[in-house]
Amino acid sequence: MISVRGLAKHYKVHKRAPGLRAALRSVFSRTYDTVKAVDGISFEIKSGERVGFLGPNGAGKTTTLKVLAGLLHPSEGEVVVDGHTPKKREDAYLKKIMLVTGQKQQLLWDLPPSETFELNRAIYEVPRAQFKQTVDELAQTLELGDLISKPTRQLSLGERMKCELAAALIHRPRVLFMDEPTIGLDVSMQATIRNFIKQYNERHGATLMLTSHYMDDVVALCPRVIVIDKGALSYDGGLEDLVHRIRPEKRVVFYLQREAERAVLDGLGKVVSANHASAVLQVPQEAVSETISRALATLPVKDLTVENAPLEEVMSELFERSRRAAAPASTGNGKAP
Amino acid sequence: MSLRTTARALPTMAKIGFAEAVAYRAEMLVWMLSTTMPLVMLSLWSAVAKDAPVGRFGQAEFTTYYLLMFIVRQLTGAWAAWQMNHEVRTGALSQRLLRPISPIASYAMENLAALPLRSMVAVPMAAIALFVVGPSTLAPGKFWALVPLALAGGWTITFLFNIAIGALSLYTESSLKIMEIYFTLFAVFSGYLIPVELFPGWLHGAVEWLPFRFQVGLPVELVTNAHSWDEALRLVGIQWAWVVAMAVGTGLLWKNGLKRYAAYGG
Repeated sequence: MISVRGLAKHYKVHKRAPGLRAALRSVFSRTYDTVKAVDGISFEIKSGERVGFLGPNGAGKTTTLKVLAGLLHPSEGEVVVDGHTPKKREDAYLKKIMLVTGQKQQLLWDLPPSETFELNRAIYEVPRAQFKQTVDELAQTLELGDLISKPTRQLSLGERMKCELAAALIHRPRVLFMDEPTIGLDVSMQATIRNFIKQYNERHGATLMLTSHYMDDVVALCPRVIVIDKGALSYDGGLEDLVHRIRPEKRVVFYLQREAERAVLDGLGKVVSANHASAVLQVPQEAVSETISRALATLPVKDLTVENAPLEEVMSELFERSRRAAAPASTGNGKAP
Repeated sequence: MSLRTTARALPTMAKIGFAEAVAYRAEMLVWMLSTTMPLVMLSLWSAVAKDAPVGRFGQAEFTTYYLLMFIVRQLTGAWAAWQMNHEVRTGALSQRLLRPISPIASYAMENLAALPLRSMVAVPMAAIALFVVGPSTLAPGKFWALVPLALAGGWTITFLFNIAIGALSLYTESSLKIMEIYFTLFAVFSGYLIPVELFPGWLHGAVEWLPFRFQVGLPVELVTNAHSWDEALRLVGIQWAWVVAMAVGTGLLWKNGLKRYAAYGG
């Protein structure tokens, strides 16, 4: 469905020192830096897959999504989505895709969302019957109720995001590019949006590419992740594999009847945290059974769980490793006059 | 973008554009007030023509000219350049580009959809005043047949100027200063402030080679009996040649500019 080969996107950015003198000098002579937002990445995504596209701020995630959506022209490389070259922005292609961003909106600000739905119906040439069915379905799943008849400006952020999603799906796109769709939303609204996205993917077989800084989004939605850092790909594979590769140790959480002695905990494994009610130990996977046996014999254990390391930690470790690996080389930014 | 898709979507786009225009009614009123310069010029030139006519313009002719200019300005207004500048800088243009319809078509419909409301108050008032001044200053009926064509041409040139200047923001990130230069040239050379026929000979010749006069001046000139029938046809022909030339130039500017679009913001 999505094929990206050697994609690069470079920007020329005007650079100047602070101060009046530098400002005056820049009128006559300008210095530019070439910023490599995306630097030769390749990946393939199959039809119906849900893929998390992860990376720290400025990694090149949003730039890649914008190239895939046809908004940006790549500097190098080949991008094909369902047989189309996105930069050509053919009608047939634009009718198959949608880019939803948590920070940009398509809803008409002073009109109710229902007007945007109607506009999209006309623009995407959605038959009336299908339009009605889709709006009913979206209204029910997203619990839109009378939100769609209030002016957009009077909706809360969460309500607006639900209506944004509905507007984006009026034409039932086969490929969804979602850039931080849950940003700024409360926990309950995040869960609603996540469930809805998953349902849409399962019901319509849509391909999903999602960026998010909320790891709960990724865990709930994306069996596969592609990690990008400083414009380069640093991981592409299963989420579980990523966790096992970066943090092969397990976390054993002991819920205690009373506080345990630190020396006893240290003897069982690496102590991640401990207080009067619980202790978290990090132990190699193969030592989990033995550690639990020893702990049950030596600690006042009420209950216990075995978990993977939190994804936030895994990602942070991965980014740190990428940075260390890239450290000897330059940042890759050439300089143009 | 396919013309079929665009044509089918136009009625809905117009309906929603009108609804948006109604929502921004206060802003619209301010815009209407900002276009009353012909009425100011009317009072100035009426004073000048009190004792003797200026060219063929007596007080009645000046009144007719400037009231018509006020109406024509209401009917040929466009403001897409401001929208585009804002949307390029904030990245809001992305939402238009994601839709399978040309952003230029959507700007056109939004601008056109607001014209009825903009004209609703101003045009009847000016038309009544015109009737009071007297129909003797107006051209014979057959010239009126050219007016819809001249108005359509005038609006299209104004709109294409807006799109061209808006498209420049894809190259320079902001082209509002260029818009100011454009507006100065428009005010001087279009007949908006001073009838073109009162320009000195050499300047009058230059105006023939510029598009500004065809935006608002020509429709007013046709109705105020400024030209012979043959001359009127020639001028409408030139006006539409400008429409074609500007459509080609603006299209190229827009198409190449999109390659530079940076889609700022999340």
